[in-house]
Amino acid sequence: MAVVLALVVAVMLIGGGIFTLLAAVGVVRLPDVYTRMHAASKAGTVGSGLMLVAAGLHAGEFAVLARAFAGFFFFVLTAPVAAHLVAKAAHHAGYRLSRGATCDDMRDHTKK
Amino acid sequence: MTAETFAQTVVFFACSVALSLMCVAFFLTVWRVISGPTLPDRIVALDMLVAIAIGFLAVIAIKTGFNLYIDIAISLGLVGFLATVALARFVLTQGMPEDDRDPLAASAARHGKGPPPRKQRASRRGRAR
Amino acid sequence: MVTLFTGLVFAVVWAAVTGSLSPLNLVLGFLLGLIALWIIRRDFAGTRTVVRPFKLLSLLVLFVKELALSAWRVAVLVASPKMDLRPGIFAYPLKVDRDIEITLLANLITLTPGTLSVDVSEDRRFLYVHALDCSDPAAAKQDIATGFERKILEALR
Repeated sequence: MAVVLALVVAVMLIGGGIFTLLAAVGVVRLPDVYTRMHAASKAGTVGSGLMLVAAGLHAGEFAVLARAFAGFFFFVLTAPVAAHLVAKAAHHAGYRLSRGATCDDMRDHTKK
Repeated sequence: MTAETFAQTVVFFACSVALSLMCVAFFLTVWRVISGPTLPDRIVALDMLVAIAIGFLAVIAIKTGFNLYIDIAISLGLVGFLATVALARFVLTQGMPEDDRDPLAASAARHGKGPPPRKQRASRRGRAR
Repeated sequence: MVTLFTGLVFAVVWAAVTGSLSPLNLVLGFLLGLIALWIIRRDFAGTRTVVRPFKLLSLLVLFVKELALSAWRVAVLVASPKMDLRPGIFAYPLKVDRDIEITLLANLITLTPGTLSVDVSEDRRFLYVHALDCSDPAAAKQDIATGFERKILEALR
């Protein structure tokens, strides 16, 4: 039992680490603010959330696990809100999409 | 090797791997914070740094066995969210700062592709402020 | 009624966060939840929603699944040596019109693979969505309309 738990915790830790690393790579590689936000808000949240749940599992107490899950849900709920706010603010301030962008309905609509 | 020590070794190994992955992620994100090129880029990167710090705290909670670190991670998440919201409000109210006027050209030049940087382009809203 | 129910949900959340299921702690959480609801009573008033628990649960399952999938997609995209990006913002015509539905839809869209909601138009008829792959906006709109929006309408109406 302890071995299974340890293996699950190990897989979650390494998986979380890989997700976090890929999110960071995305933040560096992607071309503009909006695409970078995709990487940070999805892969980043899942990465740190996995690690938090792994910590909760490793503790082996219900109270700690419940807190870890509460934290995970909190991050999952706030990440889209934060990304949405930054995207909205950036677009209103006039930051444009990167050169490869195909369409920008929002600019077209607000221009009218 | 007993099952108990095997389990401990596995978790210890996973902790080390996760810590090294996160170290790389941390420095990559710091590079984005420093290089920008625009203010929202830095805000996104700072948000990402908070997420990485939460991951670090979780690993440290496992390594040391202090479960209090999980509570610290949750409160860091709260504060980080509020900070991101506040910074987004700042961008919304202040508009675009002077040196962000042509972020497209800046990022294109950085990536080494696309036509040469254009002349400063009039931004709809940023200029009014 | 809605207030009491929300208070109960808050009590459970409080118990989870403080890590103790003792009755006294639940009562404390319930009272704190009621106080919190009283503080935001002006924004909270007038939102009458019918909640279908099972539909809501299926929405939650979909939510978790999409989150995992989207994190995976972004990770694969970023890890591939040649990133094939056609980013863009498309306007999604909203069928839902209440605050809670729009909020839910926007959050769900942000957590789907490759899409991120940016803004709601002032007349609340359009949701602006940023997509990593915007080469076919019509298909993306179709996906949202038959996926999340239908589920939300089923769960909350």
